[in-house]
Amino acid sequence: MNLYKYAAPATFYPLAASLWPWFAGIAAVLAMAGLYMGFFVAPTDFQQGEVYRVIFIHVPAAWMGMFIYLVMAGYGVMALAFNTRLSAMMMQALAPTGAMFTALALWTGALWGKPTWGTYWVWDARMTSTLILLFLYIGFMALNNAIEDRRRADKASALLAIVGSINIPIIYFSVKWWNTLHQGMSVSPTSESKMASIMLWAMLTMTLACWMYSIAVALVRVRAIIAEREAGADWLQGSKL
Amino acid sequence: MSAAIEAPERAIWLAAARDLRLGFRSRAELIQALVFLVLVVSLFPLAIGPESAILKRVAAGVVWVAALLSVLLTLPRLFSADHADGTLEQLVLSPYPLPLIAAGKILAHWLMAGLPLSVIAPLLGLQFGLAGEELVVLTVSLMLGTPILSMIGAIGAALTLGVRGGSILMALLVLPLYIPVLIFGAGAVEQVMASIDYSANLSLLGAGLLFGALASPFAVATALRISLD
Repeated sequence: MNLYKYAAPATFYPLAASLWPWFAGIAAVLAMAGLYMGFFVAPTDFQQGEVYRVIFIHVPAAWMGMFIYLVMAGYGVMALAFNTRLSAMMMQALAPTGAMFTALALWTGALWGKPTWGTYWVWDARMTSTLILLFLYIGFMALNNAIEDRRRADKASALLAIVGSINIPIIYFSVKWWNTLHQGMSVSPTSESKMASIMLWAMLTMTLACWMYSIAVALVRVRAIIAEREAGADWLQGSKL
Repeated sequence: MSAAIEAPERAIWLAAARDLRLGFRSRAELIQALVFLVLVVSLFPLAIGPESAILKRVAAGVVWVAALLSVLLTLPRLFSADHADGTLEQLVLSPYPLPLIAAGKILAHWLMAGLPLSVIAPLLGLQFGLAGEELVVLTVSLMLGTPILSMIGAIGAALTLGVRGGSILMALLVLPLYIPVLIFGAGAVEQVMASIDYSANLSLLGAGLLFGALASPFAVATALRISLD
């Protein structure tokens, strides 16, 4: 089977239509299982009480926020190297989901921080670099929106995603060193590393759920992008999908 | 584009010399960027009060943030005039390698924006109560850091050429990428103020400078080709 044929929007469009319900279904099942484990099976944390349960969405969201940016940069490399339109469309489809997860990670982190640390926000290394990651997503979407010519917008945002992904580790370490220079890490999100295994399983299940959700949403969104851009194409006229 | 040109590396100096000549013919713009820097720095004592202990504490950060903004304002000068009159297309079509031309333009931009800024920075530091070695480290950190600002900024400027709302968009793209430079630059001054060894931060800026010098001309050339496609 030649997988490369799915690089063409015309063949990917129906494929995405048949795939996304599966990913959405798996995401729903995993999310239900993960939330059940997280809320009913996992024990109450003896230090933090019930509030720790926010990690079942917080940690997966933070991971997905970083991971999706790297996936976008990977599609960016493909878009520039092979000049494939679909790679650029996938980038564009992934960006809002990545930004959403990054914002969700910040928001849930703030809600967790208030009762635990006594403050919504500290200039902690992870929080600061997550905030910067959100700015990178916003910049990507702004550039993609601002350029009228689609071909140029695709390539420009691909280059931006690549430059940004090279910068992400530099930003992370610079912020980390800056933080240790200014204040001791009196509070650290890593302190719960010795968690009970049921908590870990719940978190991993939720991570998989978020992952499947991201794929499903990206597929639906990329279909909309294809339909928008190829509105005049013949193959789309008779398509019922 | 028939015969191979001799000495393609001359493109750096040719491009830099041309931009410098054009820049010095509109000296007012160069001076305005410096006045902007001084003005922004002067706003901080007015906003946070004249206590010298607080001012000294924030001096490095204030000068660095103002330098960032000043460089940001000068970025459109890199390509927009050449883009408007079609020179940029000729440069892209020229037989000289585009990354070298881009490197020359970045060099000229630093000589006209980052270098003068680094030279007057000690004066601003003095106003905030920095002294001696602190001023030296401030200047050195700016000398090492501002070329990186020109390099990253050139990528942003090339990507947003001729885009509506380009200058705000460019700030949005470029400022997050400037953060490590800001942290290392201002961090070096903070460390010398705390009598800690500051060489690590300066070394990191130097490493960034070398990496940027190698990578950014290619990124800028790619961005220019995309924008002129």
